[in-house]
Amino acid sequence: MEYRQARWEEPLVYEQGDPARGGYLVPQPSERIKRRVGPPRIPEKAARGEAPRIPGMSEVEVVRHYTRLAEMSYGVDSGPVPLGSCTMKYNPRIAARYAYHPRLEMLHPLLDEELVQGVLEAMYRVQEWLKHILGMDTCSLHPAAGAHGELAGVYAMYWYHKLRGRLGEKREVIVPDSAHGTNPASAAMAGFRVVEVPTASDGNVDMEALRSVVSSATAGFMITNPSTLGLFEENILEISRVIHSVDGLMYYDGANLNGILGHARPGDMGFDLAHVNLHKTFSSPHGGGGPGAGPVCARNIEVIGDIRLGDLLPGPRIVYRRGEYRLEWPSYGPVMIRAWQANTSVVLWSYVYMLSLGARGLRLAGELSVVNTNYFIARLRELSRYYEVPYAPGRARKHEVVVSAKPLKRQTGATAEDVAKGLLDAGLYAPTIYFPLIVEEALMFEFTESETRENIDRYVERLREIAEAAERGEPYRDWPLNTAARRVDLKEANHPKTITPTWRVKERRERGEIGPLR
Amino acid sequence: MELHPWMPNSDPRILAEMLEAIGVDSIGELYSDIPGEARFKGDWDRLPVGEGGPLPEGRVAEVLEGHISRITRLRAPPFMGGGVWPHLVPEVVRHVSALGQILTSYTPYQAESSQGVMQALFEYQSMVADLLEMDVVNSSMYDWSTALAEAGLMALRVTKRSTILVPEAMNPRHRKVLEAYLEPVGGVVRPVKVDPRTGQIDLEDLEGKAGRDVAAVYLEQPGYLGQIEEEAGVVGEIAHRAGALYIMGVEPISMALLKPPGRLGADIAVGEGQPLGLGLNYGGPYLGIFAVAWNGRLVRQMPGRIIGLTRDAAGRRAFAMILQTREQHIRRARATSNITTNEALMAIRAAAYLTLLGGEGLRRLAETIWYNSHYLASRLSEIPGVEAPLLDSEFIADFTVRLPAGFKETRKRLLAKGYAAGIPLEGHTPWLTPNDGLLTATEAHEERHIDGLVEALAEVLGVQ
Repeated sequence: MEYRQARWEEPLVYEQGDPARGGYLVPQPSERIKRRVGPPRIPEKAARGEAPRIPGMSEVEVVRHYTRLAEMSYGVDSGPVPLGSCTMKYNPRIAARYAYHPRLEMLHPLLDEELVQGVLEAMYRVQEWLKHILGMDTCSLHPAAGAHGELAGVYAMYWYHKLRGRLGEKREVIVPDSAHGTNPASAAMAGFRVVEVPTASDGNVDMEALRSVVSSATAGFMITNPSTLGLFEENILEISRVIHSVDGLMYYDGANLNGILGHARPGDMGFDLAHVNLHKTFSSPHGGGGPGAGPVCARNIEVIGDIRLGDLLPGPRIVYRRGEYRLEWPSYGPVMIRAWQANTSVVLWSYVYMLSLGARGLRLAGELSVVNTNYFIARLRELSRYYEVPYAPGRARKHEVVVSAKPLKRQTGATAEDVAKGLLDAGLYAPTIYFPLIVEEALMFEFTESETRENIDRYVERLREIAEAAERGEPYRDWPLNTAARRVDLKEANHPKTITPTWRVKERRERGEIGPLR
Repeated sequence: MELHPWMPNSDPRILAEMLEAIGVDSIGELYSDIPGEARFKGDWDRLPVGEGGPLPEGRVAEVLEGHISRITRLRAPPFMGGGVWPHLVPEVVRHVSALGQILTSYTPYQAESSQGVMQALFEYQSMVADLLEMDVVNSSMYDWSTALAEAGLMALRVTKRSTILVPEAMNPRHRKVLEAYLEPVGGVVRPVKVDPRTGQIDLEDLEGKAGRDVAAVYLEQPGYLGQIEEEAGVVGEIAHRAGALYIMGVEPISMALLKPPGRLGADIAVGEGQPLGLGLNYGGPYLGIFAVAWNGRLVRQMPGRIIGLTRDAAGRRAFAMILQTREQHIRRARATSNITTNEALMAIRAAAYLTLLGGEGLRRLAETIWYNSHYLASRLSEIPGVEAPLLDSEFIADFTVRLPAGFKETRKRLLAKGYAAGIPLEGHTPWLTPNDGLLTATEAHEERHIDGLVEALAEVLGVQ
């Protein structure tokens, strides 16, 4: 079956709309109101004058425009999206009905709690369920994304050491070299120096290297487990001991939680802080980049006096007392790292997912994601001439696996990127490529429990076809051919003379109002 | 294993074949590398999560309908703004954000098969650029407060200075978030006085505080108390004379009537995209607007993802993520921000909303909001003892009110009558009293809603 993505050459709204047109009847005040208070008075110094130059389109044109743009997009609804560390599950539609229920649209975040008990009850349950799933004592639903949860976590580290009077020496956060980029970036936002430790040949953290960098300056350690290689960190308990011995805190990046769901919990492995990505493990849709939600949790270890680590997490805790749900904002730490309580719709989506599966169903989900990954690895052995699995090749992976296209590149010149484009041509989304950085020509696959065996087989077959085509000398640099666009020119996209982040820049450049970006 | 419709390989026959292909007898073997001590010791299936096991869809719907039924219906949309506002959501906007290929897509890392999502985001960036008259807009931050906080961090990096000057009456939540982000890197937020009579920023106090330590001056337009700032251009000049950046924070619908930050010398503009068809959703998701002027020094320091226009190998117009070397997946500890997952779907909603209204529709909408809020203020001021607006400044949606009784208590009594009336302002500045509050009216409020609130307030205050 040949794949062809729609290619509409859809005009931009600027090329089809007009500021004077529109697809929405704006409610008008009555003549009575107009006579009484009008016309609008805007102080001259602050007045805009003419209307903004935003193109309007009729309702049917807007619907068609986005229908075409949707047809030139690719999501889990279109086919498999095996992006490693992204956990692109099926997003059950029953959840869509409630996550963005019209009744929610008029619920102001400062509305009195007594009016929104039904919403708070659902949020409370997610908060409590996460404690059990992670083995933690306190959870906050506040962060808006995984990286935001990490920020909450490193701020908790910051406040922990500050309140204990040791901030002056606690200047370093350690991360493995296989870590997601957000880990070092988050640590740096909290003012910490980042120290990377290498991965040993068995895929675990190099313990000798770790011991050599741990010191009284160590504020904490951030890690995903399973690692980005899909391997369970076998030394995790020893790592916890080493970090705790210098009063450092252990941070669990929950991006890879699907890999241990049902079998292990961060709280039982010595982690003090953890975030989860509701848009990964708990199936809320990724929306082309967001919204997500990154609840952050803590064990209630003592900070100082009556203050526990959980008290330093930003955002309200949802408490249930005397038959009523309420929000309780913290008194310590950063208090809030966004203006309001939570990405409530995302939390509700995950509520429906968790409710639909229950503890047992969540375990099944984790297990099937692991089965799918290891089935793919087993099938991929047929192609070991082209693709290898570096680091502990004999060990079972968890939810994801990193494959290296190094042998293929050596033999044919085709790179991981070429392989990715060859997959797109077959209507299969590409894995994460060139990550983790420690693997050459990395292809990081995560199938999740949502994928069919047939589709996993299809990937293996397609990887074979790609390798054989490259061997035959087919022009793999021309791939993809069947997608809405061919390979895009990133040089022109980023060149100071041609870079075009908005239509306004294009027009102003053409009119000579702006020069190169300097 | 039990069959579950969301997990196709839960079919026992398929699963058995897959395990055989892997070469294991049971799923448990795949976890054998987890050290005993690190394993979960209890009975996972008995953890109190959900109702134990998988539920049929009908049961899930029943539970969720129960939750929805425990949301109290009010007689009118809340008369509450203060950073997010009640607005009508066009059905088409809901439809666009539910389109499966967009809803379920990832960040467009594979450009060739993600052109649709990228065009939608490019159009969002472009329309916000035209609304603000700022050249470069990213494809979203989490909300206004985090956009502001990241703008503050950016100003520290660009100027190598440490202080952000803010109006003392600014949105208190935004200020808290800004402080939370600045504290660990040694940044300081310093308040500038505002005129207690008008709410306008005090230029003299600003001038006095705009020293060599100031990385940026921040001004909201309209301000938190609803006031339209009349000297926003002068504030920018003062900031620039001090060698500081000028950050403006804006509400986007008002921008249809107000001079945009690009014409007032703003280096960075931030704001809340929530009014653009997102709904209130009891806290989120919302949409942080982040824009900068055409200046490489600023663009290279800005946070977040940006979609740009380019060409594909066939020479056709195409879209790509640009300036990625600023971002965490490449620059790691030296990235401009740790943000990756953002609010892309909300940006696409906002784009659909803006296209549906068009520039002139947006202007008509802002005017309706102006009329309704002024009608509310005018009706309230007829009640003896009520001052509305309290501040002597023009406003569009939000405005201050002083009651002849405690605001919080009065608000409670109005709630019992089915009206959610405003946000208390006690303690917000030294000159606001327990009788003061922030009210709002938008296009979502019909004349009968406003009349109903006014009558209820008159009753509560014991005036007929």
